[in-house]
Amino acid sequence: MTKKVGITGYGAYIPRLRLSRKAVVQANAWFAPQFSSRAKGSRSMANWDEDCITMAVAAARDCLGAAENRSHIRGLYLASCTLPFADRLNAGIVGEALTLDDAVDALDIVGSQRAALSALTTALTQSKSADGNWLVLAADTRKTLAASSQELDFGDGAAAVAVGSEGVLAEFLGAGLVSVDFVDHFRLAGEEIDYQWEERWIRDEGIGKLMPRAIAEALKQAAISAADVDRFIFPSTISKIDAQLAKTCGIKPAALVDTLGATVGDTGTPHALLLLAHVLESATPGQIILISQFGSGAQALVFRVSDAIATFKPRRGVSDWLRRGAEENNYTKFLAFKRQLDLDRGMRGEQDKKTALTTLYRHRSAIMGLVGGRCETTGEVHYPPSRISYTPGAPALDTQTPYKLAERQATVLSWSAEYLSYYPSPPHFYGQVDFDGGGRLLMEFTDLNHGEVDAGTRMDMVFRVKDRDEKRGFVRYFWKATPARDARAANEVR
Amino acid sequence: MPSGIKDKVVILGMGCSRFGERWDSSPEDLMVEAYSEAMQDAGVGPEQLDAAWYSTHMSDVGTGRGGLPMSIALRLPNIGVTRVENFCAGGSEAVRAAVYAVAAGAADIAIALGVEKLKDTGYGGLPVATVGTYVPQWYPNAVAPANFAQLASAYRHKHRVDAGLLKRAIAHVSVKSHANGAKNAKAHLQKAVTEEQVLNAPIIAEPLGLFDCCGVSDGAAAVIVTRPDIARGLGKKRNLVSFKALQVATSNGWEMHSNQWDGSYFHTARIAAKRAYQEAGITHPREEVSMLEVHDCFSITELVTMEDLYLSPEGGGVKDVMDGVFDADGAIPCQIDGGLKCFGHPVGASGIRMLYEMYLQLQGRAGPRQLQNPRIGLTHNLGGQPPQNVCSVSIVGSLDQG
Repeated sequence: MTKKVGITGYGAYIPRLRLSRKAVVQANAWFAPQFSSRAKGSRSMANWDEDCITMAVAAARDCLGAAENRSHIRGLYLASCTLPFADRLNAGIVGEALTLDDAVDALDIVGSQRAALSALTTALTQSKSADGNWLVLAADTRKTLAASSQELDFGDGAAAVAVGSEGVLAEFLGAGLVSVDFVDHFRLAGEEIDYQWEERWIRDEGIGKLMPRAIAEALKQAAISAADVDRFIFPSTISKIDAQLAKTCGIKPAALVDTLGATVGDTGTPHALLLLAHVLESATPGQIILISQFGSGAQALVFRVSDAIATFKPRRGVSDWLRRGAEENNYTKFLAFKRQLDLDRGMRGEQDKKTALTTLYRHRSAIMGLVGGRCETTGEVHYPPSRISYTPGAPALDTQTPYKLAERQATVLSWSAEYLSYYPSPPHFYGQVDFDGGGRLLMEFTDLNHGEVDAGTRMDMVFRVKDRDEKRGFVRYFWKATPARDARAANEVR
Repeated sequence: MPSGIKDKVVILGMGCSRFGERWDSSPEDLMVEAYSEAMQDAGVGPEQLDAAWYSTHMSDVGTGRGGLPMSIALRLPNIGVTRVENFCAGGSEAVRAAVYAVAAGAADIAIALGVEKLKDTGYGGLPVATVGTYVPQWYPNAVAPANFAQLASAYRHKHRVDAGLLKRAIAHVSVKSHANGAKNAKAHLQKAVTEEQVLNAPIIAEPLGLFDCCGVSDGAAAVIVTRPDIARGLGKKRNLVSFKALQVATSNGWEMHSNQWDGSYFHTARIAAKRAYQEAGITHPREEVSMLEVHDCFSITELVTMEDLYLSPEGGGVKDVMDGVFDADGAIPCQIDGGLKCFGHPVGASGIRMLYEMYLQLQGRAGPRQLQNPRIGLTHNLGGQPPQNVCSVSIVGSLDQG
């Protein structure tokens, strides 16, 4: 008898900024008046210091919670079509940030909009033959042409699903797959923006014919009739196509899941998993969930929600990410953050950001994982870790052991916001923060409003882009502090 | 406990260039300007110099590295020229090295010179610097104004000071320095300003506005030191100015990394001040110190420094500043020459520039800004930023008066 496997945890990440579509439509009205009827709602927008890697880390942390021991994670699959590195394991960077074991099977899965479902299927297959958990992450932050339909349709975001055989929240029942070179859009390696084909052809010849095949196969494997599907996930930017597809497949209209088009937009590769994470928040035992996505073919998976569903809550979850949005009305800021607008950075923006890779490797645990050193004699926490502890009058040698800081909250000791240097989103906020349990760091602040931070403000840690070396095409990552907003699960750390 | 350098070394001569945006001058020209004045004041020739210490910070945009730039610019007679660099406190370090060499008997006459050419960068403010290969990977892309501005947020929090009151107090610091700078023909900024102007200036790093930040200037300063007996032998019989104390304290990471320092003061300044008072034999600094030149890179720095030097009680800096204690006509005049704020801040020269004003005042040669009968002068020269820095506190006075 094969082992029952399924979803054991889930999480998501939606960037705080929500670009008002009205702002986009109005800014481009002189050129693209045809979008006047679409000046409604918002789309999620990555901050200047967010990319697929940072969003994937955020979604993973939403799923994994504050627990320090993550050794149960055996595999880490990162699905995306907009990964920052073409040759450097992006999932490896995520693994370092999450302080996963070196032995983790980290893998980037790319190349189609259904890469996340491919990753999920692979993880489910893996977990059938081994213990532990596989973490499936998906993230996208796509560039679009200014004044394009995609600019309004797309959003940025990430999702996480943990897979395993212990504590299954939703049991995997079956999967269906069609791999066909149906080119609804494409992007050559090295290019930045997708080229799109006609929507009517995609609707009728692509989605209309390929998706039902994959769905039928998944339902057949699962021995579930289409009429018994309770939640049907099919993300698409084509209006009402999910309803049409449900009808074709015999799925009841009530099973249709809101694709979050009004507030988030279509996040691309992660979108089906993002919707799944949203659905699971309110799922009840016995429900049948059909998750499907289209891209270079079609893919579908069927799950049955188990009694254990109530035992798990993500740290924030999609609902909380939706609530914490901050409307952004500045269209040029959106272009600048997508690096599609050349702003005058001044001479201070010319500073070389070359990264010493030797140094990065030597200190990767401190830099990527925010792991400090705790003196076993005095209990004082040092960041960065050092051989000799600073303790006044007792500079002990080699007494520090690794001490993780990323999941601990901190309090602002001092801060300022400066307008002098080149900073992608001025003013540049930074300050000293004191961690609960010890440790102090002078660090940059991100995702905050003016007036939100003062001495005493509580902060959470987030993994972000620190600098971009545009000369050599390298991205530096580090941790930043952000105001702890509605931090439901933030105090879980002992 | 070492015996210290009190009265072992005197100033034989000093020179200081005009500070400011010296578009017409190379760093070599600035060095020659300060050196020529100092040599003339000392009444010695180059062949009488035994050793030289040279301070410059931003070597990349200024003079280049090592001791060569000074040796070549001044055509020194192949004596040892050693570059010292300790952030903005480098000038005081050059002085310390020269004084120690003389006190040790390794040199009879030594020169310390500091220079900085900052206006060849193409933009205002200090040049952007990188620090090794590790720090830039985790440390914020910090700038000096925001590093020092953080003192204000922590000071407000600790002493429960109203933000508006603190802003007015630091404005007073700058208004005072501008008034002093207006009386100094060598100063970068020689224009008085009103409190209203300071309060309404554009914000650079909250809560610091433009007038809360010191000038970024080109300039050079030099001091020639020797033993008292040699000075007298050279005909300098009256008004000799001697070193009473030279102390430096350097952070070791405690402020930056432990959770104990509260962010509102300079740990090093308190240590250096205590040591300096002890070396100089000063027991009641508020009564005994006649005048001050402190490292007023930002107005808030000067305010908290008054407490760190034990001149104001802790938390009492705001009141003393507002009461005018440190104004030119106050009990302990501070920044009589305009300070970093208005005389300017050519980084490597600033520590020596501070000493220059103390020297002029003690010799009664300070012209329109001469104070009445000063006895003891203190210079406070800071390098780095509040959580980690190098702090130098030096005390000078008339050789004849204890």
